[in-house]
Amino acid sequence: MGDMQDKPVGQAGASPRRRFLREVAGVAGGACLLSLGVGLYAKQASALPAVALRPPGALAEDDFLAACVRCGLCVRDCPYDTLKLAALGEAVPTGTPYFNARQIPCEMCEDIPCVAACPTGALDRSLTDIGKARMGLAVLIDHETCLNFLGLRCDVCYRVCPVIDKAITLERQHNPRSDRHAMLLPTVHSDYCTGCGKCEKSCVLPGEAAIKVLPVKLAQGSKAEHYRKGWEEKEAAGQSLIGEQIELPARGLEDKAYGDTRVLPGQGPVPATPARPGSGLDSGWKP
Amino acid sequence: MSAATTKTARPRIGAEAIAGKGWLGAHNWLILRRLSQLGILALFLAGPWFGVWIVKGNLSSSLTLDLLPLTDPFLLAQSLAAGTLPYKEALIGAGIVVAFYLAVGGRVFCSWVCPMNLVTDAAAWLRRRLGLKGGKIPSGDTRYWLLGFMLLAAFATGSLAWEWVNPVSMLHRGLIFGFGLAWGIVGGVFLYDLLIATRGWCGHLCPMGAFYSLLGSTALVRVSAAHRSACDDCMDCFAVCPEPQVIRPALKAAGQDHPVILDRNCTNCGRCIDVCGKNVFRITTRFDRSES
Repeated sequence: MGDMQDKPVGQAGASPRRRFLREVAGVAGGACLLSLGVGLYAKQASALPAVALRPPGALAEDDFLAACVRCGLCVRDCPYDTLKLAALGEAVPTGTPYFNARQIPCEMCEDIPCVAACPTGALDRSLTDIGKARMGLAVLIDHETCLNFLGLRCDVCYRVCPVIDKAITLERQHNPRSDRHAMLLPTVHSDYCTGCGKCEKSCVLPGEAAIKVLPVKLAQGSKAEHYRKGWEEKEAAGQSLIGEQIELPARGLEDKAYGDTRVLPGQGPVPATPARPGSGLDSGWKP
Repeated sequence: MSAATTKTARPRIGAEAIAGKGWLGAHNWLILRRLSQLGILALFLAGPWFGVWIVKGNLSSSLTLDLLPLTDPFLLAQSLAAGTLPYKEALIGAGIVVAFYLAVGGRVFCSWVCPMNLVTDAAAWLRRRLGLKGGKIPSGDTRYWLLGFMLLAAFATGSLAWEWVNPVSMLHRGLIFGFGLAWGIVGGVFLYDLLIATRGWCGHLCPMGAFYSLLGSTALVRVSAAHRSACDDCMDCFAVCPEPQVIRPALKAAGQDHPVILDRNCTNCGRCIDVCGKNVFRITTRFDRSES
């Protein structure tokens, strides 16, 4: 904005019209540049960090930023102080509401007061069942520190889940370390997870949680629609589309049912003489 | 003593008014205006500070007594430009605000409500006290261009572009919800007004003020230089007025024969009424063209 109200004396000779045009061009140019800067800044700064979750019913991020007037009414009506308004300098777009699940998760109020409070529709009132909210998606992000993955029984994320046994289930798996226990692996199901963050909040690990709620866009891969899954096709058609498998003889197992590859002692092909320990690939180690 | 008295023998602005009307009489409108600004701020802060929830939200959009929705029409205009149709609560809220300011004068928001006015008034006061002169002042039309381009930027980026930097909503939101680095932007405006441009922010750049000034063309409440025959050209009103260009047509009959200030940029702040030792100005309606 190099434009001055009072032009220097040197330019007094220019015709009024030319001076007017130059003035308008200067002012408009300055304003245009400033707007361009603000626009670019807005565009660049609109990426939401992974730990910041939008309130339930929030429109897709682009539409949300167009609709939210940053009044904070949702923050005020949240009975659990879950929601915060981002201040300038935070990674979240200034003045918009968000929550951090590890600090205070969403308590999933049945009447969803934050959505009811929003005057602009940035939080969409067509969300009436909090169970259908998709604030994010929980991901068991670290298999190395998760206690259940170590074969221990923690299960806390599973037990605090408001949609227990639907959004998070415990899947039994053989524990090869002890060889006699099961590992119960917390497994998230995107059809039911609301992204409330209670699992992340309650994860017993000090510091970072092993299960985290991320924005759905980050947490979930795209579906491989071009793959046809045999088991789904079979169910839809009532039978396998490729017919029965051709039976090929397996040497030494001729008298067994097809597909049964178990070998009892004294049956089947004679095993090769075991190599001396330390030589070849087989070390001879037995669990 | 201050630099002003050592340089010239000219008494301080408003000294004659204070001598004639007393300090209180010479600060009537200023006190009312500060009470209005601080009162509105107090209503917003009573909730978060003392748990008295009369007003929730902030100037961008609020709900008073769980009944009255109010929404800033400039923010709503940005939202519309960005491509969303807000719920009727926001539309009704903006409608109420627009109707109110169409009646009392759009820029009444600037002088009687906007928290940024406290900042820029402080800068203007300090500038007068320090006797700072000069600087680079952008054209007063810049704000209208900025307003237009900001709506364009909202349309182009699909977001409330101006809200990423808007010092007005940032200051108000900061006071109520926590500041972060917003102090920097508010401090920047203060320094800009103090060191670079007299009344640079409110009077020349702020697109929000520009938006409200567009609502000021039909204002019923107006200031009139009704007693202009008594004017002794002391220039005090021009010195304190945040938009001094609006005074001349009314006071000096330049381009109009009546004494009513009709310029949409007049903020109805009433400082000219306070500061005039000859009681030239008074607040009245736009239809009252009488002179005394």
